[in-house]
Amino acid sequence: MTEKLSNAQIAWRAAQDIQDDSYVNLGIGFPEMVAKFQPPGRQAIFHTENGILNFGESPAAGEEDWDLINAGKKAVTLKPGAAFFHHADSFAMVRGGHLDVAILGAYEVAENGDLANWSTGPKGVPAVGGAMDLVHGAKRVAVITDHVTKDGRPKLVKRCSLPLTGVGCVTRVYTSLAVIDIENGRFVLREKLAGMSLEQLQALTGAELLVQGEIRDLSAPENLQ
Amino acid sequence: MDMDKTVADLAEALAGIEDGMSLMIGGFGGSGAPIELIHALIDRFRSTGSPKNLTIINNNAGNGRVGIAAMIDAGMVAKMICSFPRSADPRAFTEKYLAGEIELELVPQGTLAERIRAGGAGIPAFYTPTSYGTDLAKGKPVGEFDGRNYVQERWLKADVALIKAELADRHGNLTYRKAGRNFSPLMASAATLTIVQARSVVEPGEIDPEQVVTPGLFVDRIIEIADAQQEEALMRAGVAYS
Repeated sequence: MTEKLSNAQIAWRAAQDIQDDSYVNLGIGFPEMVAKFQPPGRQAIFHTENGILNFGESPAAGEEDWDLINAGKKAVTLKPGAAFFHHADSFAMVRGGHLDVAILGAYEVAENGDLANWSTGPKGVPAVGGAMDLVHGAKRVAVITDHVTKDGRPKLVKRCSLPLTGVGCVTRVYTSLAVIDIENGRFVLREKLAGMSLEQLQALTGAELLVQGEIRDLSAPENLQ
Repeated sequence: MDMDKTVADLAEALAGIEDGMSLMIGGFGGSGAPIELIHALIDRFRSTGSPKNLTIINNNAGNGRVGIAAMIDAGMVAKMICSFPRSADPRAFTEKYLAGEIELELVPQGTLAERIRAGGAGIPAFYTPTSYGTDLAKGKPVGEFDGRNYVQERWLKADVALIKAELADRHGNLTYRKAGRNFSPLMASAATLTIVQARSVVEPGEIDPEQVVTPGLFVDRIIEIADAQQEEALMRAGVAYS
């Protein structure tokens, strides 16, 4: 029995819901993994905030062109049909409702769709980047995250306690234990690990999980790289 | 008379940049960063003590010990307006920020771009969904349009823009290299004095008008830097201009 999904497995599960020919933005860090797990036969076009549509994998070491980078400042390559554009056009794509899906990480997600993913409080140097823009405009805003924090506290909560990135913006959450939709200000459980009871999952979740219809088993291939 | 915005050297390109001015500097990380213009301005500060107390507008706040980070190290920068003052090596900004020696205006990335665009376009304020309900919207007017809430943001203009281009003709028409254009076309329009370093300066007509990204009207001075340095490469090589 799987105790919980790895980050790669969470990314794989999120990738299964990206339709062919979608325009997709992946947040920097963990969400970038989603690109590796597109189902065979489907091809999404990826957007990066600094001004590229349809970029591909990292180049080999030593082959980097540092004018060709993604929002995480990693070197990337171009696919046929790529386009460059300036930052105002790039964020018009983001806020203007032109992306099909944005997939982001989270510190906390609340049942009302609020997201906290940019600041853990007033310590140190604050940095926001494009996080507050990305939560507005995409037709679907999905979060991928561990279900609980490193010290075991729920990341899915009634109301966020950390500084907000956006209000009422998240539509679906893929966690290490479950897939949950946010509908009308409530968490609606869609999938959970087969070996976990609803009670066990609820105990690790900071707000009530609504059950509407069938709850499917959450599973992902083992040994994903 | 045939228009010619090229200048003879870096000193002439940067003439008139004074203490207390605001500078938009193109680039996203090392992509599109005009290193030669920045380093020449540091050279002038070292030899004359000016310019200082600058406000720098860029997506980031420097990386390593070159470019904007080296300006901060040198003590030229009083304030950063940026979205993401972290990098692989953010020491220069972090140390001064935590010591209270540099001011930070943190702006969401898309809002920063749109504020600069608005500055260049003569639009004093606009409404955006970005940052509504967050700490970064505190004190800003909110408006409801078609049932949704938006935050009012103001234009952003600057005294000077420093831009890296690929090709420039003598009239100032510009192309950029790959993702290096990022903020530069916006900044070129939003500054009183727009200074460009280009890999190659060509005759008017040699850039296909269909390919021009920044029309020459937005550009004031051009200097050719044929073998420009790349910030990321310098940073990875451990180069320090501090």
